Amino acid sequence: MGDTEYKAAKATYEKSVSKTLQKNAERRAKFTTGGGIPLERLYDPDSGAERDYARDIGFPGEYPFTRGVQPTMFRGRFWTMRQYAGFATAEESNERYRYLLERGTTGLSVAFDLPTQIGYDTDHHMAAGECGKVGVAIDSLADMEVLFDRIPLDKVSTSMTINAPAAVLLAMYICVGEKQGVSAGNLSGTIQNDILKEYMARGTYIFPPQPSMRLITDIFDFCGREVPKWNTISISGYHIREAGSTAVQEVAFTLADGIAYAEAARKKGLKPDEFGERLSFFFNAHNDFLEEVAKYRAARRLWARIMKERFGATNPKAQMLRFHTQTAGCTLTAQQPENNIIRVTLQALAAVMGGTQSLHTNSMDEALALPTERSVEIALRTQQIVAYESGVTNTVDPFAGSYVVEKLTDEIEAGAMEYIEKIDGMGGMLAAIEKGFPQKQIQDAAYEYQKSVESGDTTVVGVNRFQTKEAASNRKLLRVDASVEQRQIEKLKKLREGRDNVAVKERLESIRKEARDENTNLMPLILDAVRVYATEGEICGVLREEFGEYVENIVL
Amino acid sequence: MSDKKIRVVIAKPGLDGHDRGAKVIARALRDAGMEIIYTGLRQTPEQIVTTAIQEDADAVGISVLSGAHQFYFKRVIDLLKEKNASDILVFGGGVIPEDDIPGLLDMGAGAIFGPGTPTSTAIEWLEKAVPART
Repeated sequence: MGDTEYKAAKATYEKSVSKTLQKNAERRAKFTTGGGIPLERLYDPDSGAERDYARDIGFPGEYPFTRGVQPTMFRGRFWTMRQYAGFATAEESNERYRYLLERGTTGLSVAFDLPTQIGYDTDHHMAAGECGKVGVAIDSLADMEVLFDRIPLDKVSTSMTINAPAAVLLAMYICVGEKQGVSAGNLSGTIQNDILKEYMARGTYIFPPQPSMRLITDIFDFCGREVPKWNTISISGYHIREAGSTAVQEVAFTLADGIAYAEAARKKGLKPDEFGERLSFFFNAHNDFLEEVAKYRAARRLWARIMKERFGATNPKAQMLRFHTQTAGCTLTAQQPENNIIRVTLQALAAVMGGTQSLHTNSMDEALALPTERSVEIALRTQQIVAYESGVTNTVDPFAGSYVVEKLTDEIEAGAMEYIEKIDGMGGMLAAIEKGFPQKQIQDAAYEYQKSVESGDTTVVGVNRFQTKEAASNRKLLRVDASVEQRQIEKLKKLREGRDNVAVKERLESIRKEARDENTNLMPLILDAVRVYATEGEICGVLREEFGEYVENIVL
Repeated sequence: MSDKKIRVVIAKPGLDGHDRGAKVIARALRDAGMEIIYTGLRQTPEQIVTTAIQEDADAVGISVLSGAHQFYFKRVIDLLKEKNASDILVFGGGVIPEDDIPGLLDMGAGAIFGPGTPTSTAIEWLEKAVPART
């Protein structure tokens, strides 16, 4: 169609729209994405006039990686199907991991309980009531050995959702590898290790920002030399979104965190082309399908530009944003929970259309409790159906060139960049968090969303529309009872009696001494302590005494 | 009924960092004209009860998403009793299975609001329950 014909056709269309609108109004006066980006009735070739294919989109596996990080994407191999799991003690969780591996999951993802995530042993008074509830309780290397019993660490990759005490859990994993005869150089996996979003949205911080950033860069440095296949951080937007942010804020705050880590690493003398290769990301897959697909594409492009232009990275692997995705827990409903299977399917599809490297699909019962084996199996099967049956994986980045998806990709990138500039103006993400800026933005978005559900402006099926009277109580839920805590405390007591306590004390004291010298890398010392079965709580306890503890900046 | 504003402590007990719900309900209650004291994260039951008494609260709302709700509700309710402060109403919400709600109510919780409850339900409940108590 020539330009004149196009203009004539468009004029005709616009006339017919007016006619239609005279007869029937549209469902709403204004349409937006879930994150509030205005949506036009129609996007067409006019919508992307300023976009340049080579500069802004490019080819898969090529800068700026809008279309994906590999040339063949899912025609080569599917994403890693990685289901986040863990509960009770190491014994129960080991059984769940082997259950998942038998059913075709291709990577492990460890959920730790809250005391483990916050550096308390199970017998600490702050840990009371929490043992094994949201994940597995790990107090020492002895628990970690049980957790990975009969799971060969050279055959699986393992992601660990651990942040403030990431160094300790990574050290334990390395030691389990040693015992299995797998060298650190052959281990692959990820530690979350992302403290900034803990201050902002997730809450499992321990130490103040400065020593936390030191531990993080100690890990970058150590793994660069000793554990080269390990992803040293998973810079996470997931929890920012769960806390209520919009899609644009999710991208903006995550990449602003990424900038803060890259700056800290550069200050330590590490090279962007080297540490940049091991940075990984973690995003949410929320309900608004088109916006989500565009979000991943925008994040990839923006990060590539940041690494190249701001940090001078020339290594393509250091420019590419590789990411894990989890479907949005906050969209699951306690009402009519079977509907959650459908929500998860759509969200998983968005993540795949956005080119994710790995994916966790939530289970339908997670608005109520940890998932049962049955519901975890359905969640995994959902991914397998998307991968093997839907056909969407057989061509790369199928939404490229869609007028609306390209437009949303541009708008999300621009919106995120605007936030990043604002954060730069405040002196970077650490300063912005101290001011409460991202926290307030996230909360405002969460509150607006709640009001919009209560006014009926936003529909949640089964919650504010299409409700049914349910016979609820015959649902089977996973329970972690109080005896788990007693058993774990018993194990811990026996461990403390049976180990070489002189060696433990010595090694804890050398951590204490070197914690005071910022130029010492603490990783080797933590490894030494873990090897003689110093507990996580003991190691974090020494660091707490030396570093102090973070005090929440309450923003309401 | 007096003009005295309803005073509510919103608390996050234990190690759970999920504060979206706590903050949303805190803001909704504040917008409904109540006075809100939000404790922030990592509160022990002892700290929560001390805050509730010192702040002369009418009610304390507890948000737990970690599955440890039975433990925390019991501790807070027991401690309020010990300190002769059982007139302070206890309510809450979070990831709490329906089957657990009767147990929490038997323990002495005034109301449990599960996922998907409109904030207006909590507001209405407090507006009725607080004056009815005295």
